[in-house]
Amino acid sequence: MSEQKRGRVIGGVGKPVPKKDAPALLTGKPVYTADIAPKDCLCVKLLHSPHAHAMIEEIDVSRAQKMPGVACILTYKDVPDVRFTQAGQTYPEFSPYDRLILDRHLRCVGDPVAIVAAETEKQALAAMKLIRVKYQVLEAILDAKQAMDNQTLIHPEENWRALVPSCGADNRRNLVAMGEDAHGDVEAELAACDIVIDQEYSTQANQQCMMETFRAFTRMDYYGRLEIVSSTQVPFHVRRIIATALDIPKSRVRVVKPRIGGGFGAKQTAVCEQYPAIVTMKTGRPAMIIYTREESMTLSSPRHAMTMHVRLGAMKDGTIRAIDLHTLSNSGAYGEHGPTTVGLSGHKSIPLYTHHMKAFRFAWHTVYTNTMSAGAYRGYGATQGLFAVESAVNELAHALNMDPAALREHNIVREGEAMPAYYGETAASCAVDRCIARAKEMIGWEKKYPARTLENGHIRAVGMALAMQGSGISNVDTGAVMIRLGDDGIYNMSIGATDMGTGCDTILAQMAAQSLECPVDNITVHGVDTDTSPYDCGSYASSTTYVTGMAVVKTCEELRKKIIRVGAQLLDCAEGEVLFEGDRVVKADASVSVTLAEIANAHMMAGYEDISACISSGSPVSPPPFMCGCAEIDLDPMTGEVNVVDYVGVVDCGTVINPNLAMRQTEGGLLQGIGMALYERPTLDHLGRTVSNSFLQYKIPARIDAPSIRVEFEPSYEPTGPFGAKSIGEIVINTPSPAIADAVYNACGVRVRHLPITSEKVLLGERE
Amino acid sequence: MNVEFMLNGRKVSALIEADDSLYTVLRALGMYSVKCGCETTNCGLCTVHMDGKAVLSCSVPAARCAGHEITTLEGMQDEAKLLGSCLAGEGAEQCGFCAPGMMMNVFALAKENPHATDDEIDAFLAGNLCRCSGYVSQRRAVKKYLSIKAGEVCV
Repeated sequence: MSEQKRGRVIGGVGKPVPKKDAPALLTGKPVYTADIAPKDCLCVKLLHSPHAHAMIEEIDVSRAQKMPGVACILTYKDVPDVRFTQAGQTYPEFSPYDRLILDRHLRCVGDPVAIVAAETEKQALAAMKLIRVKYQVLEAILDAKQAMDNQTLIHPEENWRALVPSCGADNRRNLVAMGEDAHGDVEAELAACDIVIDQEYSTQANQQCMMETFRAFTRMDYYGRLEIVSSTQVPFHVRRIIATALDIPKSRVRVVKPRIGGGFGAKQTAVCEQYPAIVTMKTGRPAMIIYTREESMTLSSPRHAMTMHVRLGAMKDGTIRAIDLHTLSNSGAYGEHGPTTVGLSGHKSIPLYTHHMKAFRFAWHTVYTNTMSAGAYRGYGATQGLFAVESAVNELAHALNMDPAALREHNIVREGEAMPAYYGETAASCAVDRCIARAKEMIGWEKKYPARTLENGHIRAVGMALAMQGSGISNVDTGAVMIRLGDDGIYNMSIGATDMGTGCDTILAQMAAQSLECPVDNITVHGVDTDTSPYDCGSYASSTTYVTGMAVVKTCEELRKKIIRVGAQLLDCAEGEVLFEGDRVVKADASVSVTLAEIANAHMMAGYEDISACISSGSPVSPPPFMCGCAEIDLDPMTGEVNVVDYVGVVDCGTVINPNLAMRQTEGGLLQGIGMALYERPTLDHLGRTVSNSFLQYKIPARIDAPSIRVEFEPSYEPTGPFGAKSIGEIVINTPSPAIADAVYNACGVRVRHLPITSEKVLLGERE
Repeated sequence: MNVEFMLNGRKVSALIEADDSLYTVLRALGMYSVKCGCETTNCGLCTVHMDGKAVLSCSVPAARCAGHEITTLEGMQDEAKLLGSCLAGEGAEQCGFCAPGMMMNVFALAKENPHATDDEIDAFLAGNLCRCSGYVSQRRAVKKYLSIKAGEVCV
């Protein structure tokens, strides 16, 4: 398609188009949940459990209820006895139905004990102080390694339910999931190897720390239905989850998503919507909950902490023959995303080394403990698994005295190879070899590897890691878009995908503009309202560009046919005789034409068919993006302080739809990964209380911490993706932890296998 | 109690309680650009100007504003559009939730140090957290904004 047509810039794929919502966001317009809430919303506050494991023996709200401004106080006696999961996943969810809105059985510090709704925040907090609770404190399990088959049961309840029993959930064993996937005889292959790296690694329960904490408001609409306006990544799942939790028909719930102040997976769980929802159901009043940062850090949906045991077998020449990985994942008090995140720890790490691999085994257990329930966080298990496998590969390189880059080049998956450890899918598009080559050039690997000492005694060292992810969940994720032709030839596109700052409204419009041969400004985007938007599972699992993007392509194809049909009717000729040219339909011999505006305006008169289309799309495959990350660190051997001075990321995300936005995703994800590697440290005390409950204790990178971050793309072309695109959102967080860990080893010989890589560990050598 | 102050050039009067923060009062007055991202003065989202200087509105008692001039992004729309176009040109706003506070601090920087270097920009804005962008693109956008402003001064 030509870029310039009659003076208009048409199409949008590959262009750094500014985000459609940028003018509103950057002038401070009221576009987020709390900005648009009704003025008379009740303020909803939660009384949290002070104990990691307890039973409510008595709860007395009588004094609290009499406090000024109190509209209602709810306890476990007031909620439906229907278990549900907060996980935003396609039904039937892998996550077990193990929650009530309020439960007598409290399973972690922070678990809600009561809901208080009052006219003002101060009144709600004052009333909360007068709730009297008598707890029977139970033995708590805080260590995931002690959880399985422990005599203390975290979910002994009779109505606990696993909708997908094949995932191995068993509440009688504190198990959220268990399973195994294997190919070939891994024990025989490991026995035949010259060398086996056999190590344990662990990653922590990181917080997403999106700037807008969890929040939602609810009200009854004029049909007596519950309207939920929520800062969520999964509006359609929230509709189902809340209807289930409240035990009301789904037809009585509507969910609207305004602009979102960041998600990173946190908002793929319905963390807070049920609390204002039940208040509105009980009182008929609008109600709003806004989590404090402390609540967002103590009762939310952080990354699953995982402990991974890797056995990596290779020959002396560096040929990797077998990988055996066992992952133990800590799901916390509830099972949200527990069965699914753990799978990615193997399925999105082992396949990187497919080329010579003869066998693999990947086994996993996900357990309940009396800690905050984990959830989805960018990377979703792949981040954890890649820290382990990439660290093991780096350890193998050192054991064989090989360059880790050369070891990788020898073993990496090649384009066109089938990946047994990746559900048997083929790497139809793969430029990971080019990513490594370019990352080496950019960081100056040949000159800088492994390390050099500066005049001030500091050591500069480099480290490398690879990553992969998926693009949507194959055979599950579905997105639909609806596009309607309107006055003067404008297009209104409704989507169910949720822009949470990532810019999907814009990139989907770019794709539509490309398909419809018009300027991006000619596409308006609307989303999401579960009453009017076409179905989309939501924005997670790196799915929007790939899955919903393909729905845009298919919908536009259908729409073009309809425009041609009406155009032909107006030109009084057959469909086959005319062509669509973006702003007009012309007869093939160019003798006559009719403009898009004329077609649009005509079809709003009697006698013409409606020109709109709505097609959904899903994919039988989940093409992995690939990347190579290289860290250069500065290590002070006197203090053990590590600073990243330069980070290079080279990504193969297929075709880059919007270079600016893809670049920002990558830079932001890399910095989150650097924070995870070096200092983001969720900390519990011996009673299971989260000590790291603010930005003072849970330190995320600030501007002065941010290194030089340099990103380039090495595009491949994904044949099943829209315009050849794959995903970008998640993969970008995966490389910093293993790359920095190896740079630290290269600098001082200390191998940190348990994140984060603190100065103490570096200085003292990691204590096992 | 009642407190009177200048808000974006207009005299306002607000009924407050002794422990109300300026943040709470500004939101109640409809200044929705002002956000809160923490309760511990770490995130910078609530940054506004008090007598032309950047302050964290979450930790300024509303009572202390009596007689002072408070400015929010609502009161600096022309500047917001200029800096906003620099940020949007980079795609540096991402979710946008931290943007108003950060932008208010950039306006303060432009006054105090109009020719700030990269390091000076990072140091000045260190208290404005952003979880989306990775900061590098925001730094480029701020530099561009400062250079446009410097150009205007020359003209």
